[in-house]
Amino acid sequence: MAQGEEITSPSKVIIIGGSAGSLSVLLVVLPLLQEGLNAAVVLVTHRHTRSEVLLEALLAARARLPVRDIEEKDKPQPGIIYAAPADYHLLFEPDGSFALDSSEKVNYSRPSIDVTFESAARVFGPRAIGVLLSGANADGAEGLHEIGQHGGTTLVQDPETAEVDYMPRCALKLFSPTYTVRPGEIAPLLTRLTSDISVERD
Amino acid sequence: MQIELTEDQLDTLIDDVQQQYGYDFGDYARASLHRRIARLMAVDRFVSFAELRYRITSDKDYLARLIDMVSVNVTEMFRDPSFYAALRAHIFPVLATYPLIRIWHAGCASGEEVYSMAILLQESKLLHKSIIYATDINPTALSTARAGIYPLAQMQKYSENYVAAGGAEDFSRYYTAQYDMVKMDAALTKRIVYATHNLATDSSFNEFQLIICRNVLIYFNQTLQDRVFHLFDDSLEGLGFIGLGSKESIRFSTVAASYQQINSKDKIWRKAKK
Repeated sequence: MAQGEEITSPSKVIIIGGSAGSLSVLLVVLPLLQEGLNAAVVLVTHRHTRSEVLLEALLAARARLPVRDIEEKDKPQPGIIYAAPADYHLLFEPDGSFALDSSEKVNYSRPSIDVTFESAARVFGPRAIGVLLSGANADGAEGLHEIGQHGGTTLVQDPETAEVDYMPRCALKLFSPTYTVRPGEIAPLLTRLTSDISVERD
Repeated sequence: MQIELTEDQLDTLIDDVQQQYGYDFGDYARASLHRRIARLMAVDRFVSFAELRYRITSDKDYLARLIDMVSVNVTEMFRDPSFYAALRAHIFPVLATYPLIRIWHAGCASGEEVYSMAILLQESKLLHKSIIYATDINPTALSTARAGIYPLAQMQKYSENYVAAGGAEDFSRYYTAQYDMVKMDAALTKRIVYATHNLATDSSFNEFQLIICRNVLIYFNQTLQDRVFHLFDDSLEGLGFIGLGSKESIRFSTVAASYQQINSKDKIWRKAKK
């Protein structure tokens, strides 16, 4: 059982990881997430340090939900989109708050999707929903598997629809996710998973 | 395959280290500390938590290894170049008015940012009247800092950072390359004093006009962050400056009222007049 489960808010936490080719998917998914979404959305994408501001501005312009910078020690709030800053790993403290870590790169990446997924698995357990999108790197597969092993829900972008299919294929090779999804299906599914208890699988 | 490390085991380890050696990791941010210890177990191939615990409690030489692995020593020269550009543009002109400039670089790890500061001071013709106190919890990292020897492979990146920070010289003038390593120019080190200092337990040791502490506070919980801000406040003259990492802020600390950020972009705060 994940520590701190009793003291954190009961809503779910969606973590979306992606690399090359994931931006176009985010631009499909995020505008479809509606106000009132009962989950925080955390984006962990590989990007060059200097492109940071650009990405956030682009996402903020397209998303309906507010996009907010992550401040360390902040607690993820439902209905807000958070983008992991470049050059830091993003972790969760036992009470669910964000923690940043500038230690060694993992899978040649910082932020590493595996690092955030693994931390979310430990802290949020069944409340974690992990989504792995297009990418040219194996980062994210192991961590997503851990989210599944801790009772969370796992979504992998259908490699047939991915600009770069290596990342989702790595995940599918490792385990069977709860759902394999096309970009257009992601937002409706996330909305369902966070609003309707009856669609949850056990 | 990584061995699972439970929160209870982590507590046990923190207690052992505190009681036996006096190093207190109890107020470190938990998620990161957990990762560091799990990584130590993987890298040093412990097959169980009990084995790690036995090693730590029975082999005092292993403590240095633990400290080295727990503290994050990832750093670079002119990290976040805009920070250094801001120091040069906004802070140095103020520091220049003092007869003796005292700077504390807290949590300097292997020293790359200390050399960056020394280079900037030299270029602004302030190094000769400055003293930089560079401290860290980790003696292993400090000995690297003291030696001033770094991989040649990093210099390309550092040179780019230096230029992005407004450096106008040829960066290679600041070091001598030999095989695949470089040694930093001895003239830079003359005004640097290295010492171990533990922000979690040690107290103030001087008064400064500038305190640099970047990407250290993110590893501390709020209690320890607040302790450190008070320690800095006690160690900073009126109208002195504090420079933090790009994701850190003094805003939520209990000393915040006495500090004003110099502008909305740069992570540098100025203390009010006493």
